[in-house]
Amino acid sequence: MTDEALNLPPAFGMLPRRRNQLLVAAAVFAAIAVSPFAIKDVYLQNVLVLTLLYAAVSQSWNILGGYCGQISLGHALYFGIGAYATSVLFVTYGIVPWGGMLVGGILSAAIALLLGYPCFRLKGHYFSIATIVIAEIGLLLVHNWDFVGGALGIQWPFGSDSWATLQFARDKVPYIHLALALLAITWFVTFLIEGSRWGYWWRAVKDNPEAAESLGVEIFHSKMAAAAVSAFFTAIGGAFYASFLAYIDPESVMSFRFSLLFALPAVLGGIGTLWGPVVGAAILIPLTEITRSYLGGSGSGIDLIIYGGLIMLVALAKPEGILSLFQGKRQKAEGRS
Amino acid sequence: MTTQALLQVLASGLLMGLIYALIAVGLSLIFGLMDVVNFAHGEFLMTAMYVVFGLFLFTALDPVLFAPVAAAVLFCVGALAYLGIVRFAMRAKANQGMVQIFATFGLATLLQGAAQYFLTPDYRSIGNSWLGGKTLDLGGVFLPWPQMFGGLVSIAAFGGLYLLMSRTDFGKALEATREDQGAVALVGIDRNRVFALGWGLGAALVGLAGAVLAIFYYIHPQVGATFGLIAYVTVALGGFGSVFGALVAGVIVGLVEALTAAFLPPAMKSLGIFALYLGVVFIRPSGLFGKL
Repeated sequence: MTDEALNLPPAFGMLPRRRNQLLVAAAVFAAIAVSPFAIKDVYLQNVLVLTLLYAAVSQSWNILGGYCGQISLGHALYFGIGAYATSVLFVTYGIVPWGGMLVGGILSAAIALLLGYPCFRLKGHYFSIATIVIAEIGLLLVHNWDFVGGALGIQWPFGSDSWATLQFARDKVPYIHLALALLAITWFVTFLIEGSRWGYWWRAVKDNPEAAESLGVEIFHSKMAAAAVSAFFTAIGGAFYASFLAYIDPESVMSFRFSLLFALPAVLGGIGTLWGPVVGAAILIPLTEITRSYLGGSGSGIDLIIYGGLIMLVALAKPEGILSLFQGKRQKAEGRS
Repeated sequence: MTTQALLQVLASGLLMGLIYALIAVGLSLIFGLMDVVNFAHGEFLMTAMYVVFGLFLFTALDPVLFAPVAAAVLFCVGALAYLGIVRFAMRAKANQGMVQIFATFGLATLLQGAAQYFLTPDYRSIGNSWLGGKTLDLGGVFLPWPQMFGGLVSIAAFGGLYLLMSRTDFGKALEATREDQGAVALVGIDRNRVFALGWGLGAALVGLAGAVLAIFYYIHPQVGATFGLIAYVTVALGGFGSVFGALVAGVIVGLVEALTAAFLPPAMKSLGIFALYLGVVFIRPSGLFGKL
């Protein structure tokens, strides 16, 4: 079926709305790029790095979970594969993290395709629980696999600051720019997809699979493509996280907590939207980090009370996500539903 | 492995499986009633364990006596969770599934945090009780009494649940509401009341399981996460919404876990359950007894 028959707009944004979104993105990302001139505090810079990273990974999750409607609660698997591929290749074989990043990304995409075969036959909760279970199996295997450090994990060697090895011990600013670059890329990929035929197909698969199929949408291939793209960028995020921490162990990159942390910003901000994951991460991550550091450490539990309460509040008060607060009026004005 | 050792493994697995079934059935019941997965189910279990532990500390009576109290307290917790949270999550016009997941996940995190804040993250256990440390010797196969008690409570609870569902007006209202939510309103059944009672019942069942577990298992704020995951796998394995499926799947999960632990390192004991789940749903996408 051709684009004309589906009555789709052309893939690249002649529409003023899409051009405006690009301009807004350019302005936002440029502002973040120069922000280190204003934010000198190392603690705040750390929070900024994490916020940008979670925004980027949540954006990747959003491609499968938001646009295609396949709620994965096992993305920690891909994050872990990225982190472990990069760490093993660098620490054991001396291959620079840039290479490991790519290997991890491709490996994750391949595994996503492999797992997609059986998993995409499952619907709703059966699918979500299968993704949890698969990620838990991955966690168990890594825990018991001595070649990748087992339960002890992998410590990156100390070296001088360098863009080749992505090690910056004294200065956090390069990490801000790296995380920002990752976010900008995932945002732009999502932007391109949103306007392309794939974007329309995925939304059709999400909203009404039966109707989509009867109109000639390849449901299975749509889901597979979304899973591969989503897994690829999630793994790149994991690779970045490993170089940022310079130490990984199974729990610190692959636990179930991460799978939820990748879905949450998208859900809180606005699932299946371009800016949802960014807005969600910008609120959630600083709040988590600040409650954790100022309210008596992560052992006391008060941070969990606030965190849990906030999630409940947003989920109940604004089910369409925080972004819907701003979008409602504009969409009505443009006559889109 | 000798026959005796194998029998021992199977007997332990069976008893633990009955307890898993009791944990899972409440989750399955609630799902069958209204298509909601309660992600705070494990934390309900944790709450029940702390209720029993607290009563034990303050009254110095035997924990066996507190099972009905834990069930009653959890009935209220479940009904309140529905009336205070889930009822509103169901009104969401957009992505209802995600809203329910995250509203109940938020509740889970909050309960965990509250347990950590008010009760400390320490591991607790009930030291001496009537059943603690005692075993029944069945021709060389040793069955610990706490687990035996758990198995018996589970069987009794399933029996009671069967009678409740088939013989009482409430059971009929529950069944009717799960069949057709719109039609029951026409015959004068208050849907909200049935849902609240259903949540109460589901939570009361996991409350019983928590009371049984508290006798022989460590009690700590994260205990819900371990059993919660097993409960989701059990429910999905049996088929969402199927009470009978939860019983069969619970027993299978218990047996498979015990067998895995006998042959693989202890850290890998969940591997068997996870592999079994994937194996089953890849062949039967809606679990063993699911209707979907």
